[in-house]
Amino acid sequence: MKPINRFALTLPSHSANEAFARAAVAAFLTQLDPTVEEIGDIKTAVSEAVTNCIVHAYPDTIGKIYITVDLHADRTVTVRIRDAGCGIADVAQAMEPLYTTAGGERAGLGFAVMQSFMDGVKVRSKLGRGTTVTLKKKLSLRVASHAGTR
Amino acid sequence: MPVKTDVTGEVVTAYLSGELDHHTAREMREAIDAAVDRNMPTLLILDFRDVSFMDSSGIGLVMGRYRNLQRTGAALHVVNTPPQIYKVMQLAGLNRLAKLEKGGVRIETD
Repeated sequence: MKPINRFALTLPSHSANEAFARAAVAAFLTQLDPTVEEIGDIKTAVSEAVTNCIVHAYPDTIGKIYITVDLHADRTVTVRIRDAGCGIADVAQAMEPLYTTAGGERAGLGFAVMQSFMDGVKVRSKLGRGTTVTLKKKLSLRVASHAGTR
Repeated sequence: MPVKTDVTGEVVTAYLSGELDHHTAREMREAIDAAVDRNMPTLLILDFRDVSFMDSSGIGLVMGRYRNLQRTGAALHVVNTPPQIYKVMQLAGLNRLAKLEKGGVRIETD
């Protein structure tokens, strides 16, 4: 399905960019007039995926994070977050709730949040090559609430 | 400052503010832990009313404080959580760990 609009962003994996990445995705989405809850869900999922790049894909170096957002005519939003980092040896294990390699202050819930807040989560990873996380969510149909307002 | 702390008797209240993610969690954590170490409370209240965003880094922060408090047997309350934050906490099952409330009333010691 061809997107009706697309946005692409490349960021270095500084943790200061976590807030910018989710805010930029949210700002691009506003043209579809999502609900506050939908924006919150997508921002949270994007934040988890971007944090994974920073903490896990590039643990000791600053690498690039590639984000694309596709908007489709049926109101499906697809966000792809890709890194060229270390890759995940066992994707199924990494996606298990509470599994973390990052120590006591990380909850190990990143993928659980993505899966719970989005309609679809796909992870493709190659050791030494990088990881691509594809997040999908279909936004609800909104009644023309602006009609009649000044 | 992303965390303001208030001490009343044996209760430490930490008012968190801004966005809570992996980038900001450390500074918040250190401020909370410093207040706890200084005052040795029997109850720590984390007040989220001014937190505008939280991802699972916030779960790590709450669970980490919970673990620390268990050593002294102190209680932990998480209060005034905005909807987006409440949703993340619920997903993590924090309501089974800390006393979690949706509304605006602060919980008193058990």
